[in-house]
Amino acid sequence: MVVVDDLHVVYRVYGSNADKGTAATALLRMIKRQRRPSIREVHAIRGISFVAYRGDAVGVIGRNGSGKSTLLRAIAGLLPSEQGAVYTDGHGALLGVNAALLEDLTGERNVVLGCLAMGMTTQETKEAKPRIVEFSGVGDFINLPMKAYSTGMGARLRFAIASAKSHDILLVDEALATGDAEFQRKSHARIDELRARAGTVFLVAHNLAEIAETCNRIIWLEKGQIVKAGDDVPGILDEYLVASGGVARFVEAAATAGYPSGPVT
Amino acid sequence: MTKQGRVSAPGALSGPVAGGDSAATVTAEPENTLLPGEPLRDLALRHGLKQTAIRPPLRGYAGELWQRRYFITGFATARNIAMYTEARLGQLWQVLTPLLNAGVYYLIFGLLLGTSRGVPDYISFLVTGVFVFNFTQRAFITSSTVIRDTLPLIRALYFPRACLPLGYVLIELQQLILSFAVLFVIVLVAGEPITPYWLLIFPVLVLQSVFNVGCGLILARWGASIDDVSQLLPFIVRTWMYTSGVLFSLETLTLTIHGKLHDHPTLAYLLQINPAAVYITLVRYALLAKYRGSLPGAKPYNAHNCGLYRLFSGKYPSYSAYCHPTTLPSIPSLWLYGAGWALVVAVVGFLFFWRAEARYGRG
Repeated sequence: MVVVDDLHVVYRVYGSNADKGTAATALLRMIKRQRRPSIREVHAIRGISFVAYRGDAVGVIGRNGSGKSTLLRAIAGLLPSEQGAVYTDGHGALLGVNAALLEDLTGERNVVLGCLAMGMTTQETKEAKPRIVEFSGVGDFINLPMKAYSTGMGARLRFAIASAKSHDILLVDEALATGDAEFQRKSHARIDELRARAGTVFLVAHNLAEIAETCNRIIWLEKGQIVKAGDDVPGILDEYLVASGGVARFVEAAATAGYPSGPVT
Repeated sequence: MTKQGRVSAPGALSGPVAGGDSAATVTAEPENTLLPGEPLRDLALRHGLKQTAIRPPLRGYAGELWQRRYFITGFATARNIAMYTEARLGQLWQVLTPLLNAGVYYLIFGLLLGTSRGVPDYISFLVTGVFVFNFTQRAFITSSTVIRDTLPLIRALYFPRACLPLGYVLIELQQLILSFAVLFVIVLVAGEPITPYWLLIFPVLVLQSVFNVGCGLILARWGASIDDVSQLLPFIVRTWMYTSGVLFSLETLTLTIHGKLHDHPTLAYLLQINPAAVYITLVRYALLAKYRGSLPGAKPYNAHNCGLYRLFSGKYPSYSAYCHPTTLPSIPSLWLYGAGWALVVAVVGFLFFWRAEARYGRG
């Protein structure tokens, strides 16, 4: 279960000004005891509140820079809140697009270390390893360093590792987009499994069909704020499509194809 | 658990904000049906939820760390194996690197500058010093970048972050054990006997490892937020090496008439009790019989022989044993200093690292 209470997140970005680059100006600044002038504050999340329950799969949509990834990182506990708070009943695993965990180690090592890092015992790790390798489907590549993996293969292995332990919260940030059709099918099955075990899943995706298939709740972000959030997944997807200049299709598709739109319980 | 009904947020009226850039001005109250009727904080507390991005309690943190011990050892071993996979000579570099280091220092300080004066069996003295200091040096420099190096892992999975600097120190300890195998061969070739004193090496290295862990934790936190640390650190560590008696004997500098530290007894004492000098002296004491025999105070006081050493240390390197200076710390007091440094730095480092636990990986 995840409760997000009036969350504000501010990034502090260094070195955004073009005129501060030289060593002389840096020295002068130190002599004058000034702060670095180039710190710019980016108010990425501006007051978001919602509740997600066990068994929910929450889709997060919005255009680039609307704060989707920031929101997920805040839920995972990786970003401090400027104001407000995030409450959870466990630790989340965040899956992003970057391909490797420890890229100079082999996939196999990554599997073992990932399991141990998540707090599994050596015995549990030994048992889980074949299943993870099998699920990831990277085949012989498991013995190669992860930097040799394609983006898709890296994402598959990461997902396989992170979903091996029954996390209370799984945060998926476009990590499935690079996988092939077979992997997307497998990962959807795994997400459903996780929800059935009373976990909460967050999914950021630009592929709206993926959200429509997977999620029972949806949050539409724009400029760090919620435009719309609710249970009516096809409805909100259509409004988002229309707002981005597209044509509504999900309500109709849901009626004909029977996408799940309510909570799966 | 009951799911809430469709309780709209107060004043939820507006429809979707239509198209294009007008979405930039979301002025109307958003439509959010994922909100219950009660204050969110109360709801969270009622369900026993915990706030994220705050640091865990100290005891729980230590427990979690202990629970991850296999992760720490596995991480260290895997990193160690991967370190030289791209080099032609592979794992051989683990032994070659310290050997080459010692070779370079011997060339410059032993042959060219002649700092060997006043030390019996300079090669063993130098190589021991270089290898022991190298352990601390490498632990320092790698720890300062550990959080940056492992960012993808930190950002993906939750685990106590102190695992990472601990793992890095363990990597260096594994390397040290290899270099000690080399060291044993060198000192045996140099004619040092195997004695029961060699067993004292283990407690020294344990203390040094604990000290390195403490410092590694401190540097990992600094290095995580300030990149300047890892830039500056090599210079600081190198200065530290020159003042810790790695290349020359601090005892000689203090005792001989022309020694640079002869007129600064307090400074000499402080340099000798600095952690690097303490651990180096203790390992030399354990490993090198000639060094042990020539330590000031090793033989009964003899003013004549001591005088000879003070004037002609190059000619009578082992006569330092006849001097009984009051300004040099004794071996038992060095053990106390060694244990003290390790304990204090480890506790401070652990607390210091833990306090920022929730901030690692933000970047």
